[in-house]
Amino acid sequence: MKNKEAFLKYLFLACALVSILTTGGIIYVLLFETIAFFKEVSIIEFLTDKEWTPLFVNKHFGIAPLVCGTVLTSVIALAVALPMGLLVAVYLSEYAPAQIRRVLKPVFEILAGIPTVVYGYFALLFVTPLLQKFIPSLQGFNALGPGIVLGVMILPLVSSLSEDALYSVPTSLKAAGYALGATKLQVCFSVVVPTAFPGIIAAFILAMSRAIGETMLLAIAAGQMPNLTLNPLEAVETMTAYIVQISLGDTPHGTIEYRTIFAVGTVLFLMTLVLNTISYRIRERFIRI
Amino acid sequence: MMTLLEAPIIEKKESWMVTKPRRKAKLRLMEILFAIGVSISLFIGLGTLLALIIDVCIDGLPRLNWQFLTSFPSRRPAEAGILAALGGSIGLILITIIVSVPIGVGAAIYLEEYSRKNKLTDLIEINIANLAGTPSIIYGLLGLGLFVRFFGLERSLISGALTLSLLVLPIIIIAARESICRVPQTIREASFALGATKWQTIRDHVLPMAFPGTLTGIILAVSRAIGETAPLITMGALTYVAFLPDSLKSPFTALPIQIFNWVSRPQKGFHENAAAGIVVLLLVTFLLNAFALFLRDRLQKKSGIKSM
Repeated sequence: MKNKEAFLKYLFLACALVSILTTGGIIYVLLFETIAFFKEVSIIEFLTDKEWTPLFVNKHFGIAPLVCGTVLTSVIALAVALPMGLLVAVYLSEYAPAQIRRVLKPVFEILAGIPTVVYGYFALLFVTPLLQKFIPSLQGFNALGPGIVLGVMILPLVSSLSEDALYSVPTSLKAAGYALGATKLQVCFSVVVPTAFPGIIAAFILAMSRAIGETMLLAIAAGQMPNLTLNPLEAVETMTAYIVQISLGDTPHGTIEYRTIFAVGTVLFLMTLVLNTISYRIRERFIRI
Repeated sequence: MMTLLEAPIIEKKESWMVTKPRRKAKLRLMEILFAIGVSISLFIGLGTLLALIIDVCIDGLPRLNWQFLTSFPSRRPAEAGILAALGGSIGLILITIIVSVPIGVGAAIYLEEYSRKNKLTDLIEINIANLAGTPSIIYGLLGLGLFVRFFGLERSLISGALTLSLLVLPIIIIAARESICRVPQTIREASFALGATKWQTIRDHVLPMAFPGTLTGIILAVSRAIGETAPLITMGALTYVAFLPDSLKSPFTALPIQIFNWVSRPQKGFHENAAAGIVVLLLVTFLLNAFALFLRDRLQKKSGIKSM
C-alpha cells in the first residue's frame, strides 16, 4: 500500500517532467542542427547578408529578408488587433450588458478556434481579391491581406487577456473615480486602463509572439519569395513560411538546405521565448493569478 | 446638522472638475468616438467570421457530397476526395488523446496535489507556460529531429501523433489543474478523516469532481489538434496519400494538410475541393467547441464559480 502510494507520486512527477523534457528536446534538436549549420555558414553572413537563397546555385544565407517578412506581417496584424482588442475589452468588461457578453464571448472563442489553414484560404481567395478592388497594384501574394486577417485572428487573444487585466482592477478605484465626478468613459480611460496597463502590455506581447509564430496563414497567402521590403503590397516570405516551403520539398537529411530550417527555427524560437518570458514575468509581478 | 448642510462642501473646484460647455462637448465627442471604435471593432470581428463562413460555404457546399467523402485524392479535382485525409486525422486524434490525456492529467495531479513550492516546481511551471506559447511549427521541428530521426520512427502516423501530443499537453495540463484546484479542500479533508489514502482521495473524490472541467480542456485540445497543419508538414507528413493508414508506422496525411495542398494549386477546381474540405473541418471544430462551451456552461451553473 505504502509502496503503491509512493510509486504513484513518482509516476505523476514523471508526467510533470515531460514538460521539462519537451523544452529540453526542442533546445537539443534546434541547437544540434544549428551548430552544424554554423560550421558551414558564418554567423556574420547569417546576420548581415541581405539575401536568402539557399536553394539557388549562388547560395546566400542572410536571414534579414525572412525576419523582415515576419516583422512586416506581424506589425500589420498588431496594428489591427491591438487598438481593436483593447476597445472590445473595455466594452466587454465595463459596458456590455450580460446578454451581449453571453453572445459575444462564445463568438470570439469560435473565431479563435478556427484552424489557421482556413484563415489562409480566406486571406488568399477572399480578402486579397477584395483589397485588389481598392488597391489595384496589390500582388496576388502580399503582406497586407494576410496581415489584416492575422490581426483579426489574434483579436480574441488580445481582447480576452486584456479583459482579464481590466477585471482585476479593484472596484474601490473605480468608485473613487466616480466619486470625483468623472464620467464612465473618464473612469475607463483614466483609472481602469492605466491601472490594468501592465496586464494589457503582457497581453500585447503575447499577441506579438503569436503573430510571429503563425505559419499556415502566411505560407498560403503571403507568398514564398524572400523579399527585403517594407512594402505591404508585395509578396514576402516569413520565417515560418520558409520552414514549410522546405519541408514540402524532398530535401535530404544532413544537407545544408535541411539545416537551414533548424537555424531559422532557432531564431524564431528565441524571439518567441523572449516575448513569452517578458509577458509571463509582467503577469506574475502585477497580476495575482 | 444645519451648519453642515449649509457649509459649502467643495470650496475650490479643481480646474478639471469644472464642466465648462466646451469640456462637456469634448467629453461627448470622446464618447461618440469610443462608440464608433467599438462598433467598428465588433463589426470587423463578427463580419470576418460571417464572411469566412459564407465564402467557404458558397465555394465548397456544391462540391460536398458522398463521393467527396469517400474518394482518395486524384489529379482530376472532380474525382478527388478526402478519405485518406479523414482516416489520417481520425488516427492522429485517437493516438494523441491516448498519449496526451494520461500524461496531462498526471502532471496536473502532481502539480496540484503533491508538489511543494520549490525550484523544481517553479521550473515545471515556467516550462508549461512557455510551451503553451511556443509556435506550433517549432513542435514540428522537434518531431522531425526527435521522433522521425532520433527514435527512427520515420514520417509515420505515430511520429505525427506524438508531435501533436506534446503540442496539446500544456492545454490539457492547464485545464486539468484549474478544475482540480477548484475542488474544495474540505472534500479532501473529509476523505482523509475517513482514513482514505492520498491516492484513494484523488481517485474517488478529486478526479470525479474535476472531470467536467478537465473534459472541456481535453475537447478544446482535440479541436486544436484537428486543425494543426504546420507541425505535421514540418515533421514530414505527406501531402499526396491514396490509401488509409493501416498501422502506427504507416505514412499518412491529415485533413488540414489536404486542404493546404489544394489551396496551393492554381486550378479553380482544387480551390473548390479545398473549400469543401474546410466546410468539413469547420463543422467538426465548431461541434467540438460548442460541446466544450456547453459543458463549461453547465459546470458554471452547477458550481456557481466562473471557470477558465
